This record gives sequence, structure tokens and C-alpha cells, in this order.
Amino acid sequence: MMPGRSLDQQLGQLGTMLRIRRFEEALIELAQTHDVGHFHVYVGQEPTGVPALALLREGDVVYTTHRNHGHLLARGADPAAMMAEILGRSSGTNRGKGGTLHLASAAHGVPTTSASVGGAIPIAVGSAFAFHALGSDRVSICLFGDGALEEGAWHEAANIAALLKLPVIFLCENNSLGALGHKGNEYPSSTLAARVLADLATPFGIPSAVIDGTDAPTVEETMRNAIRRARAGEGPTFIEAQTVRWPGNKGVWAQLVTGPTRVEYAWNRDAIPAEHRTWFDEEDGIVRSARAAIAAGASQAQILELEAAAHREMDGAVQFALSSPWPDGATAFEDVFGDPAVNAAVGARPVASGRQR
Amino acid sequence: MVDAIRAAMHDELAADPSVVLFGEDVTVGGPFGATNGLQDAFGTERVRDTPISEGAVMGMAVGAAATGLRPIVEIMFMDFATLALDQLVNHAAKLRYMSGGQLSIPLTVRVQAGASGAFGAHHSQSLEAWFAHVPGLKVVAASTPRDAYGLLRAAIRDPDPVVFIEHRALYWGKGPVAVGEAGIAPIGRAALRRPGRDVTLIAWSRMAATALAAAEQLAAEGIEAEVLDLRSLQPLDLETVLASVRRTRRAVIAHEAVMTGGLGGELVASIQAAAFDRLVAPIGRVGAPFAPVPASPALEAAFVPGPAAIVDAVRYTMAGSIASREEAG
Repeated sequence: MMPGRSLDQQLGQLGTMLRIRRFEEALIELAQTHDVGHFHVYVGQEPTGVPALALLREGDVVYTTHRNHGHLLARGADPAAMMAEILGRSSGTNRGKGGTLHLASAAHGVPTTSASVGGAIPIAVGSAFAFHALGSDRVSICLFGDGALEEGAWHEAANIAALLKLPVIFLCENNSLGALGHKGNEYPSSTLAARVLADLATPFGIPSAVIDGTDAPTVEETMRNAIRRARAGEGPTFIEAQTVRWPGNKGVWAQLVTGPTRVEYAWNRDAIPAEHRTWFDEEDGIVRSARAAIAAGASQAQILELEAAAHREMDGAVQFALSSPWPDGATAFEDVFGDPAVNAAVGARPVASGRQR
Repeated sequence: MVDAIRAAMHDELAADPSVVLFGEDVTVGGPFGATNGLQDAFGTERVRDTPISEGAVMGMAVGAAATGLRPIVEIMFMDFATLALDQLVNHAAKLRYMSGGQLSIPLTVRVQAGASGAFGAHHSQSLEAWFAHVPGLKVVAASTPRDAYGLLRAAIRDPDPVVFIEHRALYWGKGPVAVGEAGIAPIGRAALRRPGRDVTLIAWSRMAATALAAAEQLAAEGIEAEVLDLRSLQPLDLETVLASVRRTRRAVIAHEAVMTGGLGGELVASIQAAAFDRLVAPIGRVGAPFAPVPASPALEAAFVPGPAAIVDAVRYTMAGSIASREEAG
């Protein structure tokens, strides 16, 4: 345990990690019986996102990707509204207009989520520019995967962030460790000539760190430093947090191949299914975080209760989503433009020839 | 007109501290002086040069607009908006909608467009139909200094992203301008440039003047053409268009963009769907040939439709009118 991480903080973060894990597992289970469509889960990356985003203040913003569920939960978004959004219901965070790929909760500092790979990077730089221009010490966090660095958007936006010393943190969650340029960690692997992702920040003079993304204290300390730099006007930071790809994420569609996570694996190795021993015992940062909490004085009962609470909450979220109504079709015409009169005018246009006015 | 554009930006920068201006070379005025002196007036924080990175600059404007600023972005030539389409089309246009109304993106994208001066195929295109096709983007094209001032100020104040098209051949045009708050013109309304009874000419940007020139020639032949300058291409002022066409019973649409896939087709479809019973002739269209914009002055002159092309289209429309229907009308 690093200085500054009290047992309460550790348990709080472990609880959020377990909530994220259970949210994603519940979603995968739901997809077995309901037409949920395509989605991307954050399993295995909880020890990166939770401590990284725990340090933010109100007013800071987070821009993320198609793999966003964990980030919203880490910032305090309501899992029931998120699950409803993923299912396309009217009670969803985005009223059914965004879906899993675009979950947003502006009230929690997640204004939008981009699903065009790398698309959020310039936008995050733009918010940092606004904070800078407005003389505020707010910071902008941009989370993306290794693949986003293949986009030109990264290089253009990094240049601007460095030129203007903007308060933005580029947190690259590399969940295909060892996969650069080949299929070493299975689908989908990044295809970059650079062998070290952080090298791509170097020519712009952006300081970087390469860290173990399953080690929550290290993530927190690295982010603490990056946020301090940003608030002090010292400019952007690039962090590559390395995680191992969860076995259930090795195909195109997420599958619960490891079975639901049981936090008791942290102290009861015999309970771990033999075929997934490596994952849970050595790679899963949640198991690692639970062990750290116990080493810091937490009881097994406390941790089991966090897990049980996560299950109860996410069962409720699923029930809420399933019982929520579909959006009224007429709302498809709303919010195209800010002025309702303009929406009404464009919405009155024909959807079939001859049906106009 | 370029002075009116500069004045509009000046007055909005002065009126609202959240307005910022950035783009390539804007601190030295840009290629045609549209931003001359604005950095001197408003400082290096609010008027900035950017790297030659249209995609990231557009994205930066989107993020800034999402979190407190009201950016004006200059894309030096509309052709280079192609480099910024992910940010403009996938993000700026859609963030209000995708977020379920949580976000507003008050962003003005000034693009200098159109063929003139032998700039060739990468500096001369009229791509307004692309942008008008994207739900969430407004598209405005002013043809007079007065409208340039009034509509640009309205664009900067608009809660949504507006693509503001400036035809470079109009930059040096003169005309009266009403400055100040009273000069701000609402987006979404067409302007009647010339009343007439026989046919409605619908045009925008530089082609509005071309249509007026055609109307003068037609008047000498006894054909009275009504000329509408759309000004707003998204949303379209169909109410004004339809009221005119219902009266004149004929329409010809003229744009500088290539005809194929141009906004003329959209207008034809909208008019015939709503006013078929009033039409006495097929609706005519005038546009550039389906080719990249050529560089040579001789080829450029052949490419850009002139008054003669509109006059021809109107004569054809008049000749093709159904007399019996006119009587039955």
C-alpha cells in the first residue's frame, strides 16, 4: 500500500471495481436471453479506471471510447440508467439516443463518448483548451485503447496539446499487452510500427509513464502526478496502463468464459476453476486489489459484502432496464437541433415520397 | 463582403467573452484578409493560429464548444473540410442528439468556397450538399454583405454547429450593411431578391447574382422571373419556396455545385411532392458539370454556370409548359 491510500479508500475503490465487474457480467448474461446487440466490456481494466478517475473533481471531464461502461460507473453514473440506455429504453442516460457506444452523463463529467477510434482525443484537447482559455484549473482526461494511436487524430491533437501546454491527460489503456504488430494477445491486436506506445508522445515533448494497469496504487500515484501537472499549467501527460486481455474479450463478442467472478478467489485458490487459474490468480487486478485490502486489514466478510452489494445493485439495474418502456418513436425527431421549432420543421420532412406536409 | 464578415466576427468577439476564433493563419488575416486585425483587437488568447491539422482543430472546437466556449473555426478552403469530416459529421453534428439533449455544440465553421481565380480542384469546390445532408448541421450561404454580417452573427450565437459558406468571388462585392444588434438576421429564411410572375429562380451564394442577371435578360423577352436567395440551406425555407412556386407555377434551381447529387435535386423533390398540382412544367436544374473544378481560366469559365445557362433553362421550362393545365388552373 502506498502512502495516502487508507483502507477506506481501498475498500471504496474495490467496491467500485466489483460493481463494474458485476455490471459487465450481468450485461453479458442478459445478452444470452435478450437482443442487446454489440457491446464492449471493461472486464480486467477496473484497476486502471477506478483509481485513475477517483482523483477528479467536479467540473473535470472524461472522454472515453466504445469501452466506456467502467469509466461512467467510476465517475458515479447510475448503472440502472446506463443499463437502460444499453437496452435502448427511454429511461436511459441518453434517452435511448446513444446506446452502449455513446453512453454519456454530463452531470458526472462525461459529456460524450466517441466510438470512432481516436475521435475523442481532439475533443478532449478542446475541453482542455476551453479550461485554459477560461482560466480554470479543470482538467480533461482522455481514455483510449492502443488502437487509437493508429489514427492521425492522435498525432494532430498531441501536437496542439503540447504546443499550448493544455491540461489534458492521455490515458492509454493497452489491454492487448504484447500484441503490438501481431496477434500475440489475440483479436483485436493493434497494428503499430511503434513497439512502445509511449514513444509516440516523446517527439511532442509530452512526458510519459508506462505502468501496470492492474496495480491500483501505481495507477493512482501516476494519475495524481499527471493531474497535479495539468492543474498547475505544466501541460499534458501520456500514460500507458498495461492490462492483460480478459479471456472473455478474445473474440469479437464478449463471452463469460471465465464464469462470474468470485472475490473469494483472492483467498481461496482452490475455488478457482483450473482452466482459469492464470487469469484469476495472476492477471485479474480485482483479485489483486482484494488481496491488498486484506493485507491492509480488511476482513473477508467486508469484501464479500461489497461483492454481494454489487450483485444486488446490478440485479436491480437489469430489472429497471427491462421494465423501462421503449422511447416514443416521435422522440427520434427531438434534439437534432437545439431549437424545438427547427426540429419540428425538419421532422416534418417526408420519410417517404409524397407524404410531405 | 469580406469586411462585413470581419465586422461580424469583431462584433461577436466584443459582445461575448466566450467567443474565440482559430484557424490556420488567422492572425495574419488569412488568405483574403477576413480576419485582419482581430488578434490585435482581442489578443492572442482569443484569436489563434493553429497547426495545419484540420481534423484536430475541428475536434478541439467541438470539445471547447461542449465545455464553455463558442468557437469560430476557419477552414481556409472548403475543400479541406474533408480532413475534418469525422469531427464535424460524427461529433459536432450528433453530440446533442446522441447525448439525449445533454450537450450543445455552439460552433461556427467558416469555409471559403467556390470557383474563381483559377485555384483548381483542391481550392474551388462547392460541397454544401454534403453538409446539408447531415442531421444536426446548419448550413448558411450569404450572397450579400448585409446577409454575411447578419447571418454570421446569428451563426455564432446559434446553439448548434453552423457551416458558414463564403464564396471567394463575392468577397470584394460592395453593398449596404446594417451593423449592430439590429443587423442580425435569422437563420432559416430565404430572401426575395426580385418579384416575378412566370417562373421562380432559386439560387444561393454567388448564383443568386447570376440568377438576377438572368432574370434581367429574361425580362427583355417578356418573361418575369422571381428570384429567391435561399441563404439557409439547412434548414431549408420550403415555406417561402412553395409559396412562390405555387404562384409562378414553374421553378428553376441554379447552383454552382455539380448537378449530380446537388441540393437542386432535394428542392425538386420537395417542390413536386408539395405542389405537384400547381406545376405546369417540369422543374429545371442548372449546375456545374460532373467534373472536378478545372484550373485554367477558360475551363473554369466553362465549368461555372453563368446567366446564359439559367436563361436557357427558363426558356426550356416555359416552352415545356402544359397549356391546358394553365387554363384549368
